[in-house]
This record gives sequence, C-alpha cells and structure tokens, in this order.
Amino acid sequence: MTTTTQAAARLPIENPGQAYQRRKTTRGNFELYGWVFMRASGVVLLVLIFAHLFVNLVAGEGISAIDFGFVAGKWASPFWQVWDLVMLWLAMLHGTNGVRTIINDYAERDGLRMWLKIALYTAFVVVVTLGTLVIFTFDPCPPGAAADLLPSFCTT
Amino acid sequence: MSTTMQSPAATESTQSSAGGEVGAVPSFDVTLRIRRYNVETHGDEAYWEEFTVTAYGTDRLLDALHKVKWDVDGSLSFRRSCAHGVCGSDAMRINGRNRLACKVLLKDLNPDKPITVEPLKGLPVMKDLIVDMEPFFASYREIMPFLVTGGNEPTRERLQSAEQRERFDDTTKCILCAACTSSCPVFWTDGQYFGPAAIVNAHRFIFDSRDDGAAQRLEILNDKEGVWRCRTIFNCTEACPRGIQITKAIQEVKRAMITRAF
Ligand code: HEM
Ligand code: SF4
Ligand code: FES
Repeated sequence: MTTTTQAAARLPIENPGQAYQRRKTTRGNFELYGWVFMRASGVVLLVLIFAHLFVNLVAGEGISAIDFGFVAGKWASPFWQVWDLVMLWLAMLHGTNGVRTIINDYAERDGLRMWLKIALYTAFVVVVTLGTLVIFTFDPCPPGAAADLLPSFCTT
Repeated sequence: MSTTMQSPAATESTQSSAGGEVGAVPSFDVTLRIRRYNVETHGDEAYWEEFTVTAYGTDRLLDALHKVKWDVDGSLSFRRSCAHGVCGSDAMRINGRNRLACKVLLKDLNPDKPITVEPLKGLPVMKDLIVDMEPFFASYREIMPFLVTGGNEPTRERLQSAEQRERFDDTTKCILCAACTSSCPVFWTDGQYFGPAAIVNAHRFIFDSRDDGAAQRLEILNDKEGVWRCRTIFNCTEACPRGIQITKAIQEVKRAMITRAF
C-alpha cells in the first residue's frame, strides 16, 4: 500500500484519540490539601456533630426542650457560638468540597460542570453567610414585633 | 438468537456413549454475545452479535473467540499475542468485568447464559474488541517508566538487598493490559485521570532503592488528574489479571506525597 492510499483509508476518522488526550498538566498541592482536609475535618466533625446531637436531643429534657428559648439560651454563650460556627464552616467546606469531587467525577461536559459548580458555590456562600449572621445576631424577641408572632416567653 | 444449549451433563453422557474414551474432555455449546463495531460495514453504530460454538471444559474464552474468527466470521477482530496471560493484549469486558480472554475458563463463566464480550470501556473503540490504547500509554509515558539515576555510573551492577527489592515487588508484575485503568469510573468520565496503571508503574520506580527520580514522579502525579482523583473504589484491584494490590500501591504513593508536603 502506498502512503497516499494509507492516508486515504485513514481519512474518515481524524485524530480519533484527540478527545482522550490530557488537555494540560495541572500540578500543585491543592488536591493534596483538599484530600487531607476531608479527613481532618471529618474527624473533627465526628466530635462536633455527635456532641451537638446529644446536647440538643438527648441531654436534659431531651427533644421536647427545643424551642426558640433553647436556641437563644445556647447562643447567649460564646462557647456554643464558637462550637456552632466551627461546625457550620467545617460542614459546609467539607460538604462543598465533597460535592465538587462528585461533580468532577460524574459530570462529563465542561459546560454542565461549570453550571453545577456555580450553583454549588452560590449555595455555599448563601448558607455560610446567613448561618454566620444568625449565630451572632439571633434574637428570639425582636423589639417592636407583633406580639402574636412571638414565642410565649417574650415578655413585653 | 435462541441458545441451542444442552446441559454440560447431558453432553457428557452422549459423548461417553459415542466415544467412551477414558479421560475425554466434556464438550458443550456456549453462546458469545459480542459487542461489535465496524465503520466500513456497519457505519458508526456498535451492535450486538451472538455466536454459538462448541467448546471444551479446558477451553478459555480466547479459544471460543478463535473458533468464531477462524470457523464462523473472519471479520471479528480482537487483539491477542501470547495467549498465556503474559503480553497483556487481550484485556476485554467479559460479563461486565475486565479480564484477559486468555485467562478466563469458559466453565467458570456459567455457559448456560450467553457470555457478553465487550471492548474495554473508556478507551476509543477502533474495531470490534480493539480499542485505541494510546491515551493509556500516554499516561504511562508521562510518569517516566525507566530508571532515573544521578552521579557516576557504578563499575558493577547496582546492588540491592532482598528487602529493598521486596518493597516494590508487587508493582513489577504489571503487563500493561489496561484492565485496571479502563475499569475505573473516574477514568470513564473524561479520560483525563492518569489511571491506576500509570500510578502502579510510577510506584515500581518510586520505591526502588536504585532509582533517584522519585521526587519528579511524585511531582508529576501530584496533579488535579493524578493520585488525588482516586476514590478507593477498588475496581482496579479486582480487575488486575496479575493480582497486583493496586489500590494499596496508590495509597502508598499518596502517603509518600503527604509526608513530602508536611
Ligand atoms: C460525621 C463526620 C464526618 C466524617 C468522619 C466524614 C468523612 C469524610 C471523608 C473521609 C470523606 C472523603 C471520602 C473520599 O475522599 O473518598 C468525605 C466525603 C464527603 N463528605 Fe463527609 N464526613 C463527615 C460529615 C459530613 C457532613 C456533615 C457532610 C455534609 C455537609 C459531608 C459530606 C461529604 C460529601 C458530599 C463527601 C464527598 C463524597 C465522596 O467523595 O464520596 N460529610 N467525608
Ligand atoms: S496493574 Fe494489572 S490491570 Fe493494570 S495494566 Fe498492569 S497488569 Fe493490567
Ligand atoms: S494474549 Fe497475551 S495476555 Fe492474553
């Protein structure tokens, strides 16, 4: 076979492996730190989450104690403010990074990946901002609110 | 196509009444359900085709494929070279699992049902069971699969203790069949992941006391598409025809990177 016929025979498939070539090298420690963070934050979350669940749902009067007053009481203490803040941030960073991994593993098209990640990071910013704000500004009895909207313990 | 199957036991008895030879190998019919792809005759669509052939208890899937190619349909295409599990040519998906056709006995595959045979997943199919291995070898080349040394050439061989040799013994067994890389869901997604085989072959040199290129190889695999994409799914370990503890090797490379970084 001459070179020309060989070339002609190959014509229908132009560089078939192209889509499979690694597009660029992306070296760096980012994914390394991410991997370590998932494990480190997982260990810390284990303590934070289960102590949180125990204190809220089991200790004392148990689940029936939970109301506006219970939450307000906890957040009056800097200890629980810091506890919940760390839990919020670690869970959100851990969960967001985990979902980022899942998107990378399962979304095949670049466009889809981009939109899913935009949605993910937007959700992260909204939840972390609102959550942080609520922990530090929570007030079960805002002054000037209609009395019928307030819990019973708010004495006006 | 309906299966023209007799149970192996029934076949055995007819055999012995016909021939009656002592130690005769029982024969039975198997149906292969093969995923075929041929641009020249069938356009750009893959399709299934079934072949029923007579096989013996000692036959491997490769023997059945040979029978189809040699006696039934010469257009069926697949790679094989050594036929004894050494060259790594004939990895394919057999009943959904990546195996070497030359190492799988038909009697172990439940011949009562059609045996599905597909090309490796995640690599571009060229024809029938033949895939383009180039993306796989490209990753292999990237990790520098050769001895890297500095300093003066020794006058004798490079000595190594039995323990030093043992350290990377498992990963020397790789035959580059691609069964592992093409069994990995992370590789299936976009083919950008270096894949288990590249990491196995990097491991083989990273932990070799005679080699000086470990830092470079760790650098290469400390990539967004490198070891950190491994989700410890264990498909690779399950697929490897050489029984290499691949997930363990990947974990050891991860650990070497972490101790280097902290
Ligand atoms: C209870 C304590 C927790 C522990 C010990 C823990 C541990 C882990 C570890 C080690 C990983 C990495 C898995 C891998 O790389 O293959 C992971 C992944 C993940 N975590 Fe957690 N985690 C905890 C709580 C949470 C919470 C509260 C969330 C949600 C906000 C969460 C969401 C995720 C997600 C989405 C992934 C990714 C899944 C994957 O990679 O397969 N985890 N977790
Ligand atoms: S590690 Fe095993 S499965 Fe992977 S290419 Fe090497 S021999 Fe094949
Ligand atoms: S033909 Fe060589 S490994 Fe199967």
